[in-house]
Amino acid sequence: MLTLAHFLTLGAILFSIGVAGIFLNRKNIIILLMSIELMLLAVNMNFIAFSRFLQDMDGQVFVFFILTVAAAEAAIGLAILVVLFRNRQSINVEDIEALKG
Amino acid sequence: MPIIEIVFYLFGTVLTLAALSVITSRNPVYSVLFLVLSFFSAACIWLLLEAEFLAITLVLVYVGAVMVLFLFVVMMLDINLARLKAGFARYLPVGILVAVAMAAQLFILIWTRGLESQVLDRATIPEGSNTQRLGEWLFGQYLYPFEIAGFILLVAIVAAISLTHRRRPETKYQDPSRQVRVSRDERVRLVRMESEED
Repeated sequence: MLTLAHFLTLGAILFSIGVAGIFLNRKNIIILLMSIELMLLAVNMNFIAFSRFLQDMDGQVFVFFILTVAAAEAAIGLAILVVLFRNRQSINVEDIEALKG
Repeated sequence: MPIIEIVFYLFGTVLTLAALSVITSRNPVYSVLFLVLSFFSAACIWLLLEAEFLAITLVLVYVGAVMVLFLFVVMMLDINLARLKAGFARYLPVGILVAVAMAAQLFILIWTRGLESQVLDRATIPEGSNTQRLGEWLFGQYLYPFEIAGFILLVAIVAAISLTHRRRPETKYQDPSRQVRVSRDERVRLVRMESEED
């Protein structure tokens, strides 16, 4: 019998995998962006599960807006990545050291 | 075991394994492809939750546009993979530790709050189509945020183009302003010649 807890557990597993991905691939910006997408997917999964179980459309409207903003974020992030690669010939986080801090 | 549970566990397993492959695979191209697989599985689970419009949106917008963009960028850039993977084994223990600790905390929270008493029930499906209801909310109560979302997309388009657009000195461009302002004297030269006889 499927319950709300099952769907939230799946979201929690996905979110933890996304966090682990950020730790494991901290040098590769592309995989970092993909880990962020995984975490957003986990959040969207929770929103839709709650929307279904509470019979409230607000959750799905939120997922709609999250998808919009995430698409914009991915586009700008990849544009910055391309410009970075053009200037440095590398996407290693360790090579981005112009701003000493 | 009812079919709905089989579907949930099947796609949930595929989703989890694909997500694990995204963060562990050696080649970023495989990572993107596994991310596509995980988005597909997530869309199937959203269909199970009667969010049909968003499930199709996830496949069309995310797999069709955003992931293809990722794939383009990954394949265009000539990346030194060995250097990028150098610290993987070193960060593996701390990564697993943080992820497991976080997952354990979330599980404790989820499974002690009585959420497992809320059963997915066919009787609680609202009347009418999901897309129609979502549209009524988007163009009714959420009209203003919806317009802001459209504006955010416009800003993203402008930002992405202006970031990556570059002018190369060797490329020849047309200057429409100069083309319009050209006068007859710049282009036409009248030559007076003597007529020749055979």
